[in-house]
Amino acid sequence: MSQNNSAMKVVGQSIPRIDAPIKATGKARYTGDMKLPGMLYGKMLFSSVPHASIVRIDVSKALALPGVKDVIVGKDTPGIKFGNWRLFPATQDELPLAIDKVRFIGDAVAAVAAISQDIADEAIGLIEVEYAPLPAVYTIEDSLAAGAPLIHDENKELTNNISLDRKIDVGDVDAAFATADYVREDTVFVHAVSHAYMEPCAVLVEPDTEGRLTIWTSTQTPYIVQCLLASTLAIPENHVRVVKPYIGGGFGGKMELRPWDFCASLLARRTGRPVRFVLTRVEEFEVGRRRHGMKIRSKVAFKKDGTLIAKDFEAYLDGGAYNSMGPTATFLCGNFGAMLYRYPNYRYRGHHVYTNKPPAGAMRGFGAPQALYLSETQMNIAAEELGIDPIELRLKNAMVTGDVIEGVTRISSAGFVESLHKVAEMTNWKEKRASLAPNKGIGIGCYSFISGGVFNWFNTQYNFASCEIRAYSDGTAHLLTMAADIGQGSDTVLRQIMAQDLGLDPEQIRLTAADVTMTPKADLGTWGSRVTLMNGNAVLDATQKMRAELAKMVSLRFNLNVIHEVAFADGRVFAKAQPAKGISFGEAVTMWVKANRGEELVVRGHYTPRDLGLTSPAYSFGAQVAEVEVDPETGVVTVEKVSTAHDCGTVINPLAVEGQLEGAIQMGLGYALCEQFVMRDGKTLNTTFLDYKVPAAEDMPAIASAAIETYEPQGPLGAKEAGEGLAIPTAPAVSDAVWHATGYRCKDLPITPEKILRATGKL
Amino acid sequence: MDKVCITLNVNGDRYELAVDPWRTLVEVLRDDLNLTGTKIGCQTGDCGACTVLIDGKSVASCMMLAVAADNKNIATIEGLSTGQDELHPIQEAFVEQGAIQCGYCTPGMVLSTKYLLDQNPDPTETEIRQALSGNLCRCTGYHRIVKAVEAVAVKMRADGKGE
Repeated sequence: MSQNNSAMKVVGQSIPRIDAPIKATGKARYTGDMKLPGMLYGKMLFSSVPHASIVRIDVSKALALPGVKDVIVGKDTPGIKFGNWRLFPATQDELPLAIDKVRFIGDAVAAVAAISQDIADEAIGLIEVEYAPLPAVYTIEDSLAAGAPLIHDENKELTNNISLDRKIDVGDVDAAFATADYVREDTVFVHAVSHAYMEPCAVLVEPDTEGRLTIWTSTQTPYIVQCLLASTLAIPENHVRVVKPYIGGGFGGKMELRPWDFCASLLARRTGRPVRFVLTRVEEFEVGRRRHGMKIRSKVAFKKDGTLIAKDFEAYLDGGAYNSMGPTATFLCGNFGAMLYRYPNYRYRGHHVYTNKPPAGAMRGFGAPQALYLSETQMNIAAEELGIDPIELRLKNAMVTGDVIEGVTRISSAGFVESLHKVAEMTNWKEKRASLAPNKGIGIGCYSFISGGVFNWFNTQYNFASCEIRAYSDGTAHLLTMAADIGQGSDTVLRQIMAQDLGLDPEQIRLTAADVTMTPKADLGTWGSRVTLMNGNAVLDATQKMRAELAKMVSLRFNLNVIHEVAFADGRVFAKAQPAKGISFGEAVTMWVKANRGEELVVRGHYTPRDLGLTSPAYSFGAQVAEVEVDPETGVVTVEKVSTAHDCGTVINPLAVEGQLEGAIQMGLGYALCEQFVMRDGKTLNTTFLDYKVPAAEDMPAIASAAIETYEPQGPLGAKEAGEGLAIPTAPAVSDAVWHATGYRCKDLPITPEKILRATGKL
Repeated sequence: MDKVCITLNVNGDRYELAVDPWRTLVEVLRDDLNLTGTKIGCQTGDCGACTVLIDGKSVASCMMLAVAADNKNIATIEGLSTGQDELHPIQEAFVEQGAIQCGYCTPGMVLSTKYLLDQNPDPTETEIRQALSGNLCRCTGYHRIVKAVEAVAVKMRADGKGE
């Protein structure tokens, strides 16, 4: 028997994703790939006007078209509003199909089910809708102006178009400003961008004869879709089984109930046949959620040595026609305004504003890319004006482990200082910042992000994350989790965590994920970078219970003294100090089953953050440096290199973390330089990838990175998030580098050649 | 308009079909032949998710009518690997190098890689990036994909399969 009792190291290994081979061969089934016998094809009719009363809808011609099986409009529905903030019902402002009013170009008005996609498409064109136009507003300013039309006049609690305010107050901001040596105030406008996930949304619903539904849908949040479908259809939650197939990316854009989910379900119930909807890319750009555009003002106060003493932060979010995830973004924007540095006094006022545009929702960073674009840009301006190096100024004020934002949160691990030192070293920062060739620039941006939210605005009565582990005599185990892998890699990472703790080979673990009536309740889904921490903790809760059960067997079998620790490694269960006293994992399971008279060995694990402040159990940190060259004649920015040092706690899978970083840089570059919606009178004009430019392979810079490992006590095996935070620093870093190269400081993203040429007097 | 009878040779199999003349190749591959490995990302030829090889050349199958592929040889992702468990070296490299996240762009990316390496067995990094710039990916930032292509180019040259 091997004397080697060291644990097989699974965590920390760059294990390829378990779903990579099936995706590489084209066998992975996404929702739009699925078909069922008798299936009908669906199509949505979206509003063509930005704000109007619906006078009349005539579906008779559509219904008369041969092959059309059903057409539904608002009055065919229970008329129940929905939204993710169930704790505050007044915020639930959206109907799955409009009844008397439309509020943006893209509001869902009707839906068709037909025997072919061509017929469904044709039928949509035969639906006649008569609108009585209402005045519409498209900007924060117009929406808040006196006499602006009330977009949600049905909500008698609202006296203007602000749907919701959030505030944070720490210390005495006004008193602190009175003692400041240096005060800086800036206002920026940050723009809306698209998630542009590669898989357009799709849904397939199969009804049974008792009216229960099975739904395959491209969602990040199967449980949320289950709950909100049940409430809008007015049927029990348990009648709705949401199954997550493979998902082609989400980035926050697939975390709500969407009208096609509802319409496919209602049409399936009415026709008794499976119904499938697949959106087109044009529809995605027109009606898909987007990142909030925001107007943000920030005033900061420093002592002359560079010590921050106060910040006054105010954000207006351009929410579009409905709340969507805006309330959460409004809160988090304020939270992130207080992050990264110690602000002994902090005031935040956030306002979510309705406009007659497509609603903004969650998008990778969820309020942070906007808040930190301003905060980081302002830090760089302040550094210049105070005559302190930007990294030195940050080091002076950087959050460290143990820091507390009074009444808001506690930082239980922070590798920010180390990240700043590391990125300075990696880039030869001091020298390059001091002397660069003409038209070249180097700049910095930093970030912090939550590892899941502690808030329960969805108002679930269940645990935030849950799982079940079943163990078998053949030495294998089965993990059932509601965690939704949408491409980020949670199936792989959760299996690694479980394998490590039970001493199993990951390949011995079968995994079933995200099937809401089969996997243990509940899970709030994939958003807010919550999955590794929350589901990882749930897995560890279950593995601990499993270990306790199997330890009993080894103790009994070898008559172990109670002082012995039982270890799990290499597929064995054994006395840690006497490895020979042990049996295989499978034998231990067999013993347990026999000892329990044939019962299957099943344990459950749960995680819910409790009494951990208002925001998150844990925070990632990082610093990024961008190096650019700006063509003085054309204003075109070439990003040559992006270097990042970041702290995501224990790195469970380096390959997966690197992948998140590289993808985040791509998204950050798009945000900084080339992505934006072109809107006219509420209509989205750029609805193809030709006109909405996302970075391609040849647009990418060289990338260097270093992981600063900390141990996060709230995280599973010390881990925290690596998904969203990394999408934040690129825009401020590139912006700072462009300033360094040209003197142009961007205060209205994106940084276009035109803006640079105007600033440099070339236009 | 009447349907048109066409013959598609897909992954070595011959299919005789009657199709509406306006239907695109990707629709016929997915809906009629159930070859759903070829993805639809945009239907405007901008994203590359629907890339297939026609007589060895990479084509956005959303921009080609099915009738235009009559009697042509079409290779889709399903035809790249032989056997149940075996991956083509390009697929293997994508798996090992972490080039796959959500996977939606992967089939198109893999076929664009095949086309590149068929033309140019020893591409530079710039040539790889240019060759893949018609295939959008929103997850990876392309770096692992480029690394995968570099790795498989070396391997295929060593194995003498570079052609």
